[in-house]
Amino acid sequence: MTAEAAGPLLEVEGVSVRFGALLALSGVSLNVQRGEILAIIGPNGAGKTTLLNVISGFYHPYEGRILFEGRDRTRLSPPDVAELGVARTFQNVALFKGMSVLDNLMTGRLLKMGGHFLLDAIWWGPARRQELANRAFVERVIDFLEIQSIRKTPAGKLPYGLQKRVELGRALAAEPKLLLLDEPMAGMNVEEKEDMSRFILDVNGEFGTTIALIEHDMGVVMDISDRVAVLDYGRKIADGPPEHVRKDAAVLDAYLGAGHD
Amino acid sequence: MKADVTTREQDTFPKLARVNAQRMPDRVAIREKDYGIWQSTTWGDYLAQARAIALGLASLGFRRGDKVAIVGDNRPQLYWAVLATQALGGVPVPLYQDSIEKEMEYIVDHAEARFAIVEDQEQVDKLLALRARCPRLETIVYDDPRGLRAYRDSCLLSLAELEEAGRKFEIGHPTYFDDEVARGRGEDVAIICYTSGTTGVPKGAMLSHRNLIVTALNAARAENLQADEEILSYLPMAWVGDHVFSYAQAILVAFAINCPESAATVLHDLREIGPTYFFAPPRIWESLLTTVMVRIEDCAWPKRKVVGFFLALAQDLERARLAGQRPSGWRRALYPLGRLLVYGPLRDNLGLRRVRRAYTAGEAIGPEIFVFFRGLGINVKQLYGMTEASVFVTIQRDGEVRLDSVGTPIEDVELKISPEGEVLYRSPGVFQGYFKNEEATRQVMLEGGWMRSGDAGFLDPAGHLKIIDRAKDVTRLAGGTIFAPKYVENKLKFSPYVKEAVCIGQDRPYVTALVNIDLTAVGNWAERRGIAYTSYTDLSQKPEIYELIQQEVERVNRSLLEDEVLKGAQIRKFLILHKELDPDDEEITRTRKVRRGYIGQKYAALIEALYGDRDRAQVEAKVTYEDGRTGTIRADVRIREVGAAQAVR
Repeated sequence: MTAEAAGPLLEVEGVSVRFGALLALSGVSLNVQRGEILAIIGPNGAGKTTLLNVISGFYHPYEGRILFEGRDRTRLSPPDVAELGVARTFQNVALFKGMSVLDNLMTGRLLKMGGHFLLDAIWWGPARRQELANRAFVERVIDFLEIQSIRKTPAGKLPYGLQKRVELGRALAAEPKLLLLDEPMAGMNVEEKEDMSRFILDVNGEFGTTIALIEHDMGVVMDISDRVAVLDYGRKIADGPPEHVRKDAAVLDAYLGAGHD
Repeated sequence: MKADVTTREQDTFPKLARVNAQRMPDRVAIREKDYGIWQSTTWGDYLAQARAIALGLASLGFRRGDKVAIVGDNRPQLYWAVLATQALGGVPVPLYQDSIEKEMEYIVDHAEARFAIVEDQEQVDKLLALRARCPRLETIVYDDPRGLRAYRDSCLLSLAELEEAGRKFEIGHPTYFDDEVARGRGEDVAIICYTSGTTGVPKGAMLSHRNLIVTALNAARAENLQADEEILSYLPMAWVGDHVFSYAQAILVAFAINCPESAATVLHDLREIGPTYFFAPPRIWESLLTTVMVRIEDCAWPKRKVVGFFLALAQDLERARLAGQRPSGWRRALYPLGRLLVYGPLRDNLGLRRVRRAYTAGEAIGPEIFVFFRGLGINVKQLYGMTEASVFVTIQRDGEVRLDSVGTPIEDVELKISPEGEVLYRSPGVFQGYFKNEEATRQVMLEGGWMRSGDAGFLDPAGHLKIIDRAKDVTRLAGGTIFAPKYVENKLKFSPYVKEAVCIGQDRPYVTALVNIDLTAVGNWAERRGIAYTSYTDLSQKPEIYELIQQEVERVNRSLLEDEVLKGAQIRKFLILHKELDPDDEEITRTRKVRRGYIGQKYAALIEALYGDRDRAQVEAKVTYEDGRTGTIRADVRIREVGAAQAVR
């Protein structure tokens, strides 16, 4: 193994993001180790989603840098980041509502499709082989997420919990090295949360995918994550194993409101 | 089917499967939808896989007579496991995959299973939990490794590892498999099926290879099964019917079976396969009918009118045909148009276009449901059988289908009626007794090999068997009027809005009913009328829903009026239950038969209220969640009175 492969998958170094006068992130440093499940928590407006958006290339920091597999990629655009192997889901479900679940998942494979206009049109030779291979992979994801029965259902007709699952499936279809989940369980009932927790753990275990997720449900966070990073007012105030973070004085202050005059 | 199964060479299923593998190694034996595609395995694979599993078990010290618990959805791997177990002279014990731990523990313990071959993590979890109390269980083999990577229990083994061990074992013992197969005898126990039992603890019915081979073959001959049949294997493997249709007959006749992708995709898979040989218990026919009715309700009205007209026409025609009358000319003239516009497309939509023969059994089917499907041109027939008879006792032959009979006995089956009115039968399919329960065996097995069916019935002059009800359920009202609860319940259940019904009346002044609404159909009905509801309980107690169900009850009363014997047993009061009857709460069995005695106790307060003069009743019921925890539901239930239908003069 090279030294590079042994290092953290993602390194965020002193990143700050500013929207006008608002400092959304200030000097946040964070590592994501290979194969771990990292939870990012914090009160509302702490900058969690901003951090995810910075990592996925949607915002660019005005200071600090981001390294993916040891290489600086601070200023890449979202498609380029995706090409590196970073896939994400959104806080508000962002599926193609009129398209079937299967087609939604196939869009997750877009980066794996070479594509030649004419060959694609007549569905011949390499184009056909490629399509079949992509479909086969998507079918494995469908099997994995147990959504066989809704394969042909338009995504918009599905209940919310299932839409979340489909969105996870689309991210998985891209075979990411790093999976970013923005509140994967928001608005779910207990049973749906349990299912989703199991899927996240299984993705991590079966595919070895590294996962960084934002979540508000503390029970879920403590159960499934290997490490927890806490943001408050754009600053990282704690970082460590769940049982340590749970007892951290700064974290308790941030959540219970003490110390913020 | 041409094979002479009475010879020593072909008297067990492993021997027969080996013949299939030699004669037609490349013919498809099992298809399974996996990763969105129907993946085929051949008779050659069937034997090779069973061989690898068997040798794997042998390497773990499997002894003849050992029991193997088999749990999971219908999967090729599990059918292979059944064959593998039988090949070594062991006995497969299939279990219902949705059993809770407590039920599973009873059977694993009682059957003395040493091995378990299961589908996935869900089953592994249950077995690991009960293993502490069932020390005989040594090894648990699983097929799907999903979610099991962190399990470190030494008793766990993946199917792939087992087969690998089998291949290694074969190197030192090249003739082991064939020697063990050759040692099998027709009299050996082939399977133990635990009957869910509407009363008491489950009983393990032992069936021998000969029981199954002779009976399955007689039925196949009677119904002229061909090697090109297609069957959808979607009913629980633990149920003797699936074992006979998907395993015994499939091997004997060498037709292909198809395993659905998941329990949720069955209806879709049914349409893709288009089976030629189809079996469904009444509840499946009911739910198919409900799906159709709900979709018709959603149509624009011209379409709805056309469909309604032609469906009514088909049912009138079929009813006349079943009664042996000649239907009126204009109806017959219009039927081909109906076939073109409605029946054909509907059959195609349901996946029943290619069906040559379909069966219903297990419980009486509502006549309206039966007539509906036959009217569409689907050859649905009634079959009467039970686990203890290796399924088949009587079948309705083509051209002899009637509403009120279950047909004539198949070859080698004799029938008679006991002086008390109970149906008795004798056949080569009669089982070897209940495993470790001679007391129960003695209760059903009489002198001279006659078996008690537990059903009240009679033979009509043409030799057709008619079943009235379970012998212990046919009762009388306080006034002496005959009351057959299931008969009335089936009439109620014809309504798409009624999912389940329990009628009460024994030694009571009049008949009452506990009704379970169908959440899909009633929910849909409510939504279209803008009736808001929050939960099943809330919906069930809406006055509008009571109105809706009352109409159904009145319809039942009118149709009861047509029956000379039963017209006194009309429903006078009913209530809608606040929760669905659930096998987890032990209110119905896993095969969805109502457990009257238990319901009578559990809802005693409600039943008393039905015979009182209040219009409301309080109920408190314990519910069991899927993970075994329990909780309590409290609800206020309304009671509704219904007038008796009167004959029009």
